[in-house]
Amino acid sequence: MKKILAIALALAMMMTASFAMAEEAIKIGVIGPMTGPYAVYGLAVQYGAQIAAEEINAQGGIQLEILAADDQGDGELGVNAYNDLLDDGANIMLATVTSGSCLAVSDVAYEERVFMLTPSGSADAITVGKDNIYRVCFKDSAQGLASAQYIADHKLATKIGVIYNNALDYSIGIYNSFKTKAAELGLEIVAEAAFSDDTNADFSVQISKMQEAGAELVFLPIYYTPASLILSQSASAGYSPIFFGVDGMDGILTLEGFDKTLAEGVMLLTPFSADAEDELTRNFVATYQAKYGEIPNQFAADAYDGVYALKAAIELAGITADTAPEDACDPMIAAMQQIEVAGLTGTMRWDATGEVDKTPTAVVIKDGVYVGAK
Amino acid sequence: MKMKKFKNLSGNLITYAMVVVAFLLCELALSGMIDGFKMSRSLKGQLVPICVYIVMAVSLNLTVGISGELSLGHAGFMSLGAFSGILFSQWLLSAFPQTDLALVRLVGALITGGIVAAIAGVLIGIPVLRLRGDYLAIVTLAFGEIIRNLLNCVYFSLEGASVHFSFLDPNLPGTVVINGPMGAIGVKKLASFEAGFLLVLFTLVVVLNLINSRSGRAIMAIRDNRIAAESVGIHVTKYRMLAFVISAALAGMAGALYGLNYSTVQAAKFKFDTSILVLVFVVLGGIGNIRGSIIAATVLTVLPEMLRDFGTYRMLIYAIVLIVVMLATNSPMLRSTLDGLAGKLKNAKEGDKA
Repeated sequence: MKKILAIALALAMMMTASFAMAEEAIKIGVIGPMTGPYAVYGLAVQYGAQIAAEEINAQGGIQLEILAADDQGDGELGVNAYNDLLDDGANIMLATVTSGSCLAVSDVAYEERVFMLTPSGSADAITVGKDNIYRVCFKDSAQGLASAQYIADHKLATKIGVIYNNALDYSIGIYNSFKTKAAELGLEIVAEAAFSDDTNADFSVQISKMQEAGAELVFLPIYYTPASLILSQSASAGYSPIFFGVDGMDGILTLEGFDKTLAEGVMLLTPFSADAEDELTRNFVATYQAKYGEIPNQFAADAYDGVYALKAAIELAGITADTAPEDACDPMIAAMQQIEVAGLTGTMRWDATGEVDKTPTAVVIKDGVYVGAK
Repeated sequence: MKMKKFKNLSGNLITYAMVVVAFLLCELALSGMIDGFKMSRSLKGQLVPICVYIVMAVSLNLTVGISGELSLGHAGFMSLGAFSGILFSQWLLSAFPQTDLALVRLVGALITGGIVAAIAGVLIGIPVLRLRGDYLAIVTLAFGEIIRNLLNCVYFSLEGASVHFSFLDPNLPGTVVINGPMGAIGVKKLASFEAGFLLVLFTLVVVLNLINSRSGRAIMAIRDNRIAAESVGIHVTKYRMLAFVISAALAGMAGALYGLNYSTVQAAKFKFDTSILVLVFVVLGGIGNIRGSIIAATVLTVLPEMLRDFGTYRMLIYAIVLIVVMLATNSPMLRSTLDGLAGKLKNAKEGDKA
């Protein structure tokens, strides 16, 4: 027991020593699920933010340090992680990754006047009425609206089926705004079928419902794991409509054991595609792959852009490592509304509501890669 | 017999004293009166959850340890308490916006949460507690899952003093309070450490008095030998029901306090894992040992946060600690050493007297 204690103490000291080295850096707290079922998203955000911070540090000038804390996607642990990061001296938060945890943490951050930029918390309520909470990704309702608009503008289909997860606020949020907008635009939703996290293995009921109603396009406002099952089970049922996804679908091509040919022709609305030809994306993907051995997804890109946005705002607001989180808040709010950042997910500007203004791009999967859809 | 009563009483007094001293120490650290004796933000933020988990562990110990039934759905009662408590508190706020009723709302929410969970406890208890064997474990397990899935489909909104309810349809007039899978949103926080402490004390008074009462002895008699208890005229179902419903009501109150500590709570929080977590507190603290439950709940809530410096290895170390504690407390060698020490102390004391 004494030995274990000694080792533990030694480890703890090593860690404090490594923290102490970079004293001048402004500390950015990243909170996300780094363990548990949503770990893919949390780790992607951590890695993306890390790469951005290293690039910025290499340029000289402002030095940033990323402090990451695990919340397992849970509100209670999110608030714990938030408190812990402030104990460790975080100045600004790039948090949190999942919507549920983000709602709980953003309320505490609003009360305590700590500036927070969420890379990927997409629930509408996160920024409502909270002037110091900003967002890099699109909010849920914006994605639903944009999807319906895109489908109508490009006359992809008139008979639409929807399969959504009725136990996931992300999915329901997108679906509800999609439904409202679709009705406005004269798109007919002929079938809708729900599933939940407990019943996400067999989709034959939902698929046959779509098939019977004659849906020409199936809208999937869900994450990529169930989406991959829907694709493969539709294929074996001999049903091949246009599948249309949102940003949660991003990642389907890197899913292990998934036959990419099944995703042929799938369209999705996402602000980032790892196959884009611009230099910024190419460099980012190359660095990410070299460092972490994976192709970055949209979450990593959001975090990368988030760190650059914070850097621009920090420069404008004149924040230093000594600025207390409460004092950094108001200058950061003012600065965020003035900056314009050209990032991986497009050129971003922010308004006083905290919502980002950037263009969603639609991509279609051809031969196992994303191709910009026209 | 008198000797035993005295021993029980002094044991209970130690439990109360321990809780009160811990509370006073925390208050002292919070006030920051003594230099260098301050509480970190991280620990400060965990005070209310610790109180909640203590109440959860003690109440589950009533079912598992005292009544001898395995319940795997304790988080289900907690979620009922959380959501009904939040609804009551927000309704009071919406119905009487002018008057400041913070205390009434908090106490009212706790009572509402307790009552709703108790009703659920009665409903489950009626059919199940008549059965023998492990049926309670299976049914409570299912109950927890059913409640979680139902709460994912429930929508409540408030418009002045009127409450709107719908199932599966999110389009309601007024301000939405409980929003399906998004859970309760826009909750006005009311919970405080002091309230948590009072709830822990209340729980201890209820549970310890029950254990040392006529009813408590009947409950334990049924646990130890059902047939013998029946043969001396103890109404088995009634007493099992009593323990189960009190346990459910206390879990509901803990849930209400938990719900009012965060601005948002999702049904997904109260999944099977949470029930198991509370069961781990009980098992690690010692089944039937109330003081052990309190200590285990506190330590195991704080521990994962203390281990944050270990980064990725945090949960691994947490798991190892669990295993080590479990092995250590059950090792006969360690036990005999401890007993030997206690014996020596006793001898030394007696030696002093003589």
